[in-house]
Amino acid sequence: MNWMHNPLLTMAMPEAVVTATALVILAVDVMGLRGAGRRARFAVAATIATVGAAAAGVVLHHGGMGCVLGGVLTATPLIHFVQAAILALTAVALWSAVDTPFTENAGEFALMTLLAAVGMMFLVATADVLVLFVALELVSLSLYLLAGFDKRSARSAEAGLKYFLFGGMSAGFLLFGFSLLYGLANTTRMTALATAVAGMGANPLLLVAMVMVVIGFGFKVAAAPLHFWAPDVYEGAPLPSAAVIASVSKVASFVAFYRVLTLALPAASGEAWRHGAPGWAVAVAAVAALSMLWGNLVAIAQTSVRRLLAYSAVGHAGYMLLGIVAHTNQSLQALVYYAVTYAVTTLGAFAVVAAVEQQTGGDTLADFEGLSRRSPVMAAGMMVFLLSLAGIPPLAGFFGKFYLFTAVLAMPERSLGLIWLVVLAVAMSAVSLYYYLQVLKRVYVVEPAASAGEMTVPLLRRVLVSVLALAVVALGAAPNVLLRFIVVQ
Amino acid sequence: MLAGTIYISMLGALVLALMPRSARNAARWVALLTAAAGLAMALASFAAHRDGALFTITRVPWVPQMGIEYYLAADGISLCLAVLTGIVAVAGILFSWDVELRTNQFFAFYLLLIGAVYGVFLSRDVFLLFVFYEIVIIPKYFLIALWGSTRKTYGAMKLAIYSFVGSAMVLVGLMAAWVRSGGHGTSLEALAAGGYPHHFQMVAFPLVFVGFAILAGLWPLHTWAPTGHVAAPTAASMLLAGVVMKLGAYGCLRVAMTLFPEGMGPWGHTVLGMASWRDVLAVLAVVGIVYGAMVAMVQRDFKFVIGYSSVSHMGFILLGLMTLNQVGMSGAVLQMFSHGLLAGLMFAVVGRMVYARTHTRDLTELNRMDLHRLLPFAAFAFVVAGMGSMGMPGFSGFVAELMIVIGAWRAFPVLAMITGVGVVVGVAYIWRAMQRAFFIEPGVEAQAPHEPLGAITLPEKLGTLLLAGTSVVVGLYPQVLLNLIVPALNAPIFEPLRRGVWQ
Amino acid sequence: MTTMPMLSLLTLLPAVGAAVVMLCGERASVARRVALGFSLLALGVVLVLWSRFDPSVAAMQFEERRAWVALLGAEYRVGVDGMGLLMLLLSAVVTPLAMAASWKVKERAPLYFALMLLVESCLFGAFTALNFFHWFIFWEIGLVPAYFLIRLWGGARRAPAAMQFLVYTMVGSVGLLLAFLALFQAAHTFDFTALAAMAHSGQLMPAVTAKLATHRFMPHHVAMLVFAAAFLGFAVKVPLVPFHTWLPDAYAEAPTGTTILLTGAMSKMGVYGFLRVLAPIFGAQMVRARTPLLWLAVATIVLAGFAALAQKDLKRIFAYSSVNHLGYCMLGLFAALGATGAGAANESAAAMSGVLLQMFNHGLTAATVFLCIGYLESRIGGLRGLDDFGGLRKTAPVLAGLMGIALFSSLGLPGLNGFVGEFLIFKGVFPLAGWAASVSVLGLLVTAVFILGVIQKVFAGPVTARVAAMADLSVRERVAIAPAIALMFVLGLCPQLILGTVNTTVLQMVQGWVR
Repeated sequence: MNWMHNPLLTMAMPEAVVTATALVILAVDVMGLRGAGRRARFAVAATIATVGAAAAGVVLHHGGMGCVLGGVLTATPLIHFVQAAILALTAVALWSAVDTPFTENAGEFALMTLLAAVGMMFLVATADVLVLFVALELVSLSLYLLAGFDKRSARSAEAGLKYFLFGGMSAGFLLFGFSLLYGLANTTRMTALATAVAGMGANPLLLVAMVMVVIGFGFKVAAAPLHFWAPDVYEGAPLPSAAVIASVSKVASFVAFYRVLTLALPAASGEAWRHGAPGWAVAVAAVAALSMLWGNLVAIAQTSVRRLLAYSAVGHAGYMLLGIVAHTNQSLQALVYYAVTYAVTTLGAFAVVAAVEQQTGGDTLADFEGLSRRSPVMAAGMMVFLLSLAGIPPLAGFFGKFYLFTAVLAMPERSLGLIWLVVLAVAMSAVSLYYYLQVLKRVYVVEPAASAGEMTVPLLRRVLVSVLALAVVALGAAPNVLLRFIVVQ
Repeated sequence: MLAGTIYISMLGALVLALMPRSARNAARWVALLTAAAGLAMALASFAAHRDGALFTITRVPWVPQMGIEYYLAADGISLCLAVLTGIVAVAGILFSWDVELRTNQFFAFYLLLIGAVYGVFLSRDVFLLFVFYEIVIIPKYFLIALWGSTRKTYGAMKLAIYSFVGSAMVLVGLMAAWVRSGGHGTSLEALAAGGYPHHFQMVAFPLVFVGFAILAGLWPLHTWAPTGHVAAPTAASMLLAGVVMKLGAYGCLRVAMTLFPEGMGPWGHTVLGMASWRDVLAVLAVVGIVYGAMVAMVQRDFKFVIGYSSVSHMGFILLGLMTLNQVGMSGAVLQMFSHGLLAGLMFAVVGRMVYARTHTRDLTELNRMDLHRLLPFAAFAFVVAGMGSMGMPGFSGFVAELMIVIGAWRAFPVLAMITGVGVVVGVAYIWRAMQRAFFIEPGVEAQAPHEPLGAITLPEKLGTLLLAGTSVVVGLYPQVLLNLIVPALNAPIFEPLRRGVWQ
Repeated sequence: MTTMPMLSLLTLLPAVGAAVVMLCGERASVARRVALGFSLLALGVVLVLWSRFDPSVAAMQFEERRAWVALLGAEYRVGVDGMGLLMLLLSAVVTPLAMAASWKVKERAPLYFALMLLVESCLFGAFTALNFFHWFIFWEIGLVPAYFLIRLWGGARRAPAAMQFLVYTMVGSVGLLLAFLALFQAAHTFDFTALAAMAHSGQLMPAVTAKLATHRFMPHHVAMLVFAAAFLGFAVKVPLVPFHTWLPDAYAEAPTGTTILLTGAMSKMGVYGFLRVLAPIFGAQMVRARTPLLWLAVATIVLAGFAALAQKDLKRIFAYSSVNHLGYCMLGLFAALGATGAGAANESAAAMSGVLLQMFNHGLTAATVFLCIGYLESRIGGLRGLDDFGGLRKTAPVLAGLMGIALFSSLGLPGLNGFVGEFLIFKGVFPLAGWAASVSVLGLLVTAVFILGVIQKVFAGPVTARVAAMADLSVRERVAIAPAIALMFVLGLCPQLILGTVNTTVLQMVQGWVR
């Protein structure tokens, strides 16, 4: 069947380009740059990665729509957009790794990151649960390695191990759920699964399978009560890895989660609240509510900014899960917008944390004191990122929340059934302002400690943070710029 | 042109943020010129649109997916409040001429706040109004936390969280309204024509109104106000009490009452003698008037007196809004203008003229200094501000409060009488504060302050003249504002309100 | 009719003067001369108005009208009839006397004189206003400079005295405001003439009660309540017993110049209010309450008189004496209002002519008496007890003589101005309310007693040590007091000078009451 491989290759060309780029980087680094300084090696890796990502992006742009092999790979404008976003964000993450000293092995790091990106690209493009699982494993394994990449740090190793153990277990759950679905429907194609499931009603096996799927993905997106890995990983992993885990992988995971639930199990969604009917929507809603509460309330007590960002990530996961609970076209558009802008913001926040950590060696609130004097650019960037996370207009985070919550309210048709979830979300947003302001208070109001010296931030990092901050502002003030590309049919 | 007020303020803020810390004098002048330019633009528009009718400034699509437009328009009410913002902004800068710490950042936050306030008053799209409304919160926080005094971090955080919670309530209401109206658009006209069912309005109205009214100091959600105002530096207090609290009241009128008028209708049953949300809010407003006045009477800290006085005066505005007749509501808008000026002047006297020099706000200590000899201009300014604030005829407060009481009499006669009590207590606490702060008790030995008090500077005198002069002009010729306010209240968009008890 | 807004300019003139005085620097000598200049200029303007006034016309003259706040029925309308013009003249005469009494004020003199000029401005404004809105503005604002005059330059107990003055008057004002708000709800206007016309045609009170009768009050109770609220405002200002308790302290603790302003002009605002506002609008209610009102007037006359007798402080004696003298005005008004029977019109006219005359004459006389007390105070180092003086006529004969004339005028000696007003009042009241007049004669007697007592204690008797050191009146002081004394004689012998101008007004007033 030779001619069948052509469409597959054509469809998978962007991923192939990225993989090739990764191998090229590894080759260049191993063969040519072992003697060069760390920074140079990372810069070269990042440059090649950017070029590769751009090339892949071009290929994406010219690529056609459609699906291959009955759904092993699909391509729609939305999927292309998400893949492009993944590429762009990965490239930015690699650039932010240039100034962070945590390893000498630039090539391997870039390889792992790009392989994770490839996995994510497959993850969002597939409509077959088995392929999805394989892609997810590719992503996860790469991320476990990335989490433990700093060989000199015990915390990094601990983070990697915890991530691996947690991840392995929830991957197991996910696979078990998928196998149950296969057992029920005798197919791994999501569309075929949907038809098979439609006539099943409240089959106990189906319910078990759904719960497993929710658990599996819930871990990936760091939703409570499956989030316990997040604080430790965010805290222990080297910053560029944490940035990738916190930003890019979330985008891919949410989109994949949405696709699995709506493509494979649409009939079993159930109405959340109205009839109390069983369905994944109820389960996701419960997880969302728990995430919002847990994440925001525990974040108040944090003294480490990394852990604070981790718990806030749990809260944001809760908000984004609402987009899945609503499962309308509009909510998907809102979810993608939110996830992408959240990723941009998180990358920026982690870049600033990296800069501070480099100077003071720690990431507690006290290390941020007087940042506005020590480095105005970093401080201004942090203000933009944290206020966007809090949902202050005219930043991207505000519009994301507004659009997402409105989309949730608009489902089901005009009857405001999910109003309580939205009320909870808005209330927790208000709570979140408190702890974000605590950080900003340290940054702007408190004078720097006498022992804190002058902070020199490399130009590249300053440029990066400025660009990301400007992007957050621009995407918030003119959301249409991004929304135009998020086309949901 | 009027939108220039927003843009020039934001531009000024940006310029100031980029200036070096040491360029203090340049920072002051940039700020003053920017604010003056904003005021000039507002006045020019005021003069050009004397009939109070609505005119569009800008209208471009913003997020077509949701029908959100960048839609700026102004009617008589918006114009009056824009002029108020301009006046208080200029006065605030004049009174902050002596800020030494991070001067450029101070004025940057200040101008950002002013720009956002202009934005709220000029927005005709409710989403846009909300965006500007939220933007106000952050500069407020930093102005207080960085340059404030008593318990500044606590006061700042309390203020920010309260405001944000209020905004959250409004956000939920806004989103629900957008969904319910079919998602056509978020302009005021589109949302007002949403055709919301009765039970929806019965829930949405109190939610959105109270959300806005938190910022307006509705009792019992007012506790952030005295703490926040006392903690804030003078210019911030002037802005907060003078203009930002009016944002809340404006939101109540422009959004809550316009979008959900049926929410003020009778429930069908009575609870404790109240039969509708309108009754409940009117009662709360009057409680605020009397409570604020009575608590102000017993304060030992001069600034707290003024802080509680703000709560009391805002109660008048909320009561005026609830009267739902032309006299009462016009009075409410006029009171927004009047109190903005007078509260600004009082905080200026207390904060800048007295506290910055004597470093004490304790009335007993101030009394011993016999300040009317050392700072005669400050005493004069406070007497003028106090007379206006207590409703002395000839000042703007008298006309406004008179109109509100007349309106209240028609709608809630019993509450009108209680309000009269509040007015009398108002006279009492102002007079008490003035006496204790500036005029030594006969027979008590005068104690000179620890260091000689600086003379009142020219910027302070100019600021006083600006605020007091405007109050007198409006007090003697309120028609200058009423000519805009009354036609604006008679506009078609308030038609559902008028179908009520309009007179 | 002149096209220049004379009345507005007149009202503005002292205020402008106040600003000029404040800008003139710190020197007391400059300040007082500028202030005196402005007050004399105002007097000149009033005299011009007097000359241009047409006594045969009953309507308001020099009228100015301008739309103001349509929504509130507020209109800027000023005008004077005979009564208003008389009050303007009184204010214009009293103010220079008050300034003369304040000549020795050194501390912060510019502020002192500026505040005095502001009071004069408010007086002019209140006496010419024909719409409640700006009348009330002047009424209220006038309190503030008066308060500060007492509080900053007064005697040892000035703080509570000033506060009492303020609080009492403000509480009264609140009542007044509430009453007028009720009237506004019914009539949608604040114009005095319009309201009076409505009251006269019997439409006003029914409209008021219609608006307010939703509550559990009977209609005529509502009308009386509204009247009582308005009455309170003016009763405190006159003052009528028992609302007078603020007055002795205020008059005693105030610096003498301020006392002159208070007793000479500000107290007349209260009586004027009764005549301009209460009587035309609430005439029916006042007639219904005639007997209690007459009792109040009588009580004021008698009790104040006896109280004056018991005082030992010169200023307090004449404070109570002021209350007593204004009680006669009230007596005349209350009696005239409910007049019935043949010849009632004539008697009422007589009584009202007397009331107006008494207002002016008492103002002039009281001002002069306090001026003399001021001279005494300044010579004896601030003391003003009756027992501190003695044998003044030997040491300072001119002062004693002029003061004696003023005192006799206060007593009501025929030939001096104080007599005519009281005579006319009694002439009118005896037929209309004989019992009240009879009891009030007690007041006359008591007045005679305490004034003669003052004369005896202060002028006659052995010369005390302090008095021996007193100098007589200086040239400047003689120049200040002489016109007042002269005027007392002139008005005592030719009251026609005033009566001629106010006659038409009186007749019109009375005509409205007698049906």
